[in-house]
Amino acid sequence: MGLESLLKGDGFITTTVDAIAAWARKSSVWPMPMGISCCAIEMMASGDPKYDIARFGSEVMRFTPRQCDLMIVAGTVTYKMAPVVRKIYDQMPDPKWVIAMGACTATGGIYRTYSVVQGIDQFLPVDLYVAGCPPRPENLLNALIQIQDKIGRTKVSDFKNSILPDLNVIQNN
Amino acid sequence: MDRDLKEVHPKIIQALLDADTDITVEDALENEMILNMGPQHPATHGVLRLVLRLDGETVVACVPELGYLHRGYEKLAENMTYYEFIPHTDRLDYISPMANNVAWVLAVEKLAGIEAPPRAQYIRMMVAELARITSHLVAIGALAMDVGAMTVFLWNLREREKVMDIWDMLCGARFTNSYTRIGGVANDIPPDALAKIKWFIDQFEDNLTECEKLINTNRIFVERIDGVGVISKEEAIDLGFSGPNLRASGVEFDIRRAQPYLNYDDIDFKIPVYTEGDSLARYFVRLDEMRESIKIVRQVLDKMPEGEIILNKPKKVLPHKTEVYTKMEELIHDFMIVNFGINPPAGEIYHSIEGSKGELGFYLVSKGEGHPWKCKIRSPSFNNLQSLSKLVVGHMISDVVAIIGSIDPIMGEADK
Amino acid sequence: MDIRELVPKKLKKQFNEIDFEVSEYLDELTIKLPKEHIVKVCEFLKKDSDLEFLLCQDLTAIDWAKRKNRFTVVYHIYSFKNNFRLRLKADVDESDPAADKADCSIDSVTSVWKGANWQERETYDMYGIKFNNHPDLRRMYMPEDFEYYPLRKDFPLMGIPGSIPLPKK
Repeated sequence: MGLESLLKGDGFITTTVDAIAAWARKSSVWPMPMGISCCAIEMMASGDPKYDIARFGSEVMRFTPRQCDLMIVAGTVTYKMAPVVRKIYDQMPDPKWVIAMGACTATGGIYRTYSVVQGIDQFLPVDLYVAGCPPRPENLLNALIQIQDKIGRTKVSDFKNSILPDLNVIQNN
Repeated sequence: MDRDLKEVHPKIIQALLDADTDITVEDALENEMILNMGPQHPATHGVLRLVLRLDGETVVACVPELGYLHRGYEKLAENMTYYEFIPHTDRLDYISPMANNVAWVLAVEKLAGIEAPPRAQYIRMMVAELARITSHLVAIGALAMDVGAMTVFLWNLREREKVMDIWDMLCGARFTNSYTRIGGVANDIPPDALAKIKWFIDQFEDNLTECEKLINTNRIFVERIDGVGVISKEEAIDLGFSGPNLRASGVEFDIRRAQPYLNYDDIDFKIPVYTEGDSLARYFVRLDEMRESIKIVRQVLDKMPEGEIILNKPKKVLPHKTEVYTKMEELIHDFMIVNFGINPPAGEIYHSIEGSKGELGFYLVSKGEGHPWKCKIRSPSFNNLQSLSKLVVGHMISDVVAIIGSIDPIMGEADK
Repeated sequence: MDIRELVPKKLKKQFNEIDFEVSEYLDELTIKLPKEHIVKVCEFLKKDSDLEFLLCQDLTAIDWAKRKNRFTVVYHIYSFKNNFRLRLKADVDESDPAADKADCSIDSVTSVWKGANWQERETYDMYGIKFNNHPDLRRMYMPEDFEYYPLRKDFPLMGIPGSIPLPKK
């Protein structure tokens, strides 16, 4: 923003602008549910009338990455699925955050086998890990509140110089 | 990432192009388009990839690709004891976890030659039918949501939450509860859970009527799935269908009647059969099955005998904890069973139950050791998905979504 | 006559040059036969008007991890008319001096039951047993360029590191 570049540092205007932007970002976090297996069912359950996730601002769970800012990876990620998850993450616009839900995404869970990635932080930058197999919906709501706290502490200048990832767009037939 | 350049892999394209059509042009794709309904898609139930060949909006050929959730269950089973595998069976068909536990435990008990006490068998029947209800609630809700009616999905989830509360009271986990044990079940039913089950089955039928009144006579819903995805009786049998999909094509086959397990021959229930074989018939079969399941639960609650819930056979069944802490032989048996397994005699067995998607079977080969030599999981969703490439030909893309919803696959089970 | 005696009797009468091994364990009938005749026997079992084994429920393989006859392909078929399930077994050997690792093969039964298509693909993916005359023999679960066969006994549970690539962070 042009005004902020005139007034460098933590002056009155910049911190107020930061606070308003952070408040706006954290009150309407739209999650992108990367629901792969059993944790996806608990994620659906956190959206149902009993554990309503809409009252925290996550009114819609859009399935298109272009309109979301939080990716909830719920379920076991295998080696075959990992490039797909990475591609969807790259398609999300900045600023974006990632929640690793469940034990399978954190460390591979109960599957120590040839086809399961032992933790998605091997190829994605993760902001929050939620424990459980699967975590209860209240656990996921707690995670959402903590992500909102984390977003509330960001400044606008954090996202100024982020590097755009280089996507391989397939042009041939 | 050079994996992306090989994204539409040559072998899949070859399979797609070889599908039988009567278009003979130099460039086979001149008028057509290849569309990838990728693994991440709101309407495929889980991670299923479909590569479609389209002529305008009509599907000419379709090749499904699985394997995005392959977690290596069969190899895991070869490396752990029969008890240790019970939590893994929860995650197979993760919408109705209790039914998978029951299936595994029945197969192992048959191989080891033991039989659970009668009260445990009735409890297992009851939880399996409750699991079937939850699975069909999600199936119908997801089909309605894919076709456009979102309210039904949320109302069905509300009903499902009540069943999950029941399970929470029974065994401590609302989901992926490893409730059954070899030789019985883990806990007895506490009185407040019993009261809640009775309350649930009394009010379920009215709520179900309320949910289905929204869509049963709704012209948009009916016209979207009527006549879509028709499969005839002989083709359904030839392709290996089972479960509600088979019963919607006119074959009256239910494993609870044909080869009864637990105490199903004492219970009186009907098997709903429809003959049209399209998606609307599959939807109605699931609705009727839910009502039959409520009847079964009611009869089970009336007939349940008193007694113990786990067998008292120390060499094959884990003894009770109070005895383990006080007596010597039980301590030794507990140690041996936990560390080395129950050692059933050498042989093989195939046992299947009527799961909510179809016939869920386990084929176990034992060499007398504590862990199986081979375990094959016959999953119904895997066999039901075979027919997809035949069912969608000639329909439009929006019908593909409705067909997948009516077949109701669960990828955790299809990919093992 | 009881179905358990009828099936071996009819098979022996129809194919008296094949030697069948009939066994029964825990109320389940198992018939073992040499792998060359599997398609003929399956066609007979399906088309015969008394037997009518119309449904192919399961198809898999067992790896015995020994030198001779390493694999056994197992078929479970079901007859609606008699409400009876039968198990067929056929041994497949691994060693064939003319070829390399994945050289064992057996004829495919997709011409008899269409439902056996994906199950044979899965068996090929996991064990490396090739099915002759299969319409579309590709890998099912593992990625196309994976080189090993996971369910063989000499493949480790934790996998071979680096066999499937992962995107960079």
